[in-house]
Amino acid sequence: MAKRDGTSLSPELKQAEEPSELLRELVAHLRQNRTQLREEWVVRITETRLLTAMTKEEIFAEATSVYDSYVEALETEAFEALQAYARNLSERIIPRGVETHEVVGIVLLLRDVLARSLFAKYQTDFKKLNRILDAYEPAANRIANTVAVGFVQERERVIRQQQEAIRELSTPVLQVRERLLILPIIGVIDPQRARQLTEQLLRGIRTNRAKVVVIDITGVAAMDLTVANNLVQTVEASRLLGATVIVTGLSPEIAQTLVTIGVDLGKMNTVGDLQGGIEQAERLLGYKVEKLAEPR
Amino acid sequence: MEVPILKQGAVLIATFQAALSDADLNQLRMGLVQQVVKFRSRAVIVDVTAMDVMDSFASRTLREIAHMIRLRGAETVIVGIQPEVAFAMVQLGLTLEGVATALDLEEGLAYLNEKFKTTN
Repeated sequence: MAKRDGTSLSPELKQAEEPSELLRELVAHLRQNRTQLREEWVVRITETRLLTAMTKEEIFAEATSVYDSYVEALETEAFEALQAYARNLSERIIPRGVETHEVVGIVLLLRDVLARSLFAKYQTDFKKLNRILDAYEPAANRIANTVAVGFVQERERVIRQQQEAIRELSTPVLQVRERLLILPIIGVIDPQRARQLTEQLLRGIRTNRAKVVVIDITGVAAMDLTVANNLVQTVEASRLLGATVIVTGLSPEIAQTLVTIGVDLGKMNTVGDLQGGIEQAERLLGYKVEKLAEPR
Repeated sequence: MEVPILKQGAVLIATFQAALSDADLNQLRMGLVQQVVKFRSRAVIVDVTAMDVMDSFASRTLREIAHMIRLRGAETVIVGIQPEVAFAMVQLGLTLEGVATALDLEEGLAYLNEKFKTTN
């Protein structure tokens, strides 16, 4: 075969194909043998005891769409589309309890099943097998990577969403009287939760036109210096909105922390327990609570 | 920039705009005290509802205004600090210590009423 500029190709190069041509060839092979390879893959999945949370029918259904997406990614090299597909798939299977190692595991199994079938097809032509693998391996690795990353991203998104929901639920700002808000805090406060607490409280003060806020931290075992500072800032910011803060339920450890960081206790209004705090708040607001009769 | 100052009986109400330059703030400091003298006001309400940021210069100026007005025997109340602004301020350590604050104009007037009642 002569090239247009007059030089001619060496005999080995005569048999060389463009990488993309090789890719097309192997994609065609994978499509042709789709049914058989997919079946083999599903068998390997059940053998390795992956996707135990799903039924055989479900595995087969998902396997079909994963197989097709895999081959399409090999063909088109459109990895963004694959990542979107992976996230979409993850959204479906994460609630079923599928774990990261299972998803990575099945993609690697598919990679192996397809590679073996390439070995079988080109076993008589070692040089060609090498060239085919040169085209297949980088793409297959990228696919495994992309799917794993897509899955993990989706998991992280779900976790963040759940954390946000937990944070919101766990810091309710409650109005117990006109102009009086109570913020009962329970559990561990990290700097992020502390910040979210402050924002929620300040918004609550404005919405409810609160003049007194009782922050009860009976349910908080300990706080670090950052969070203690945050508490002081919350008190100061509330004052800027015209509200007085009473902090109740300080444990001995937290009292120690506050003294250590040198909190100006003149600035922080504290009362022993929640009941005492509410009573003082009512006094500040001009309420007098009078018992009229015994409980029946 | 002109800051509107309204007179409500013995109380002056100054409504700060969103973007006040340092020069504006300096002018206001002198201007407000002059108005207190002119009208023999007993209190000034500074409404900062429209301010979406409060830097250290603005914060210091407000404190200085309050101190100067107190020297004339009058009270200052800052009202309308937005939650986000309050949060940002305390993180920078700008607490407006020693200056009375209230949620809004209505609360500011109520606070002053209480105060005047008890001191009369």
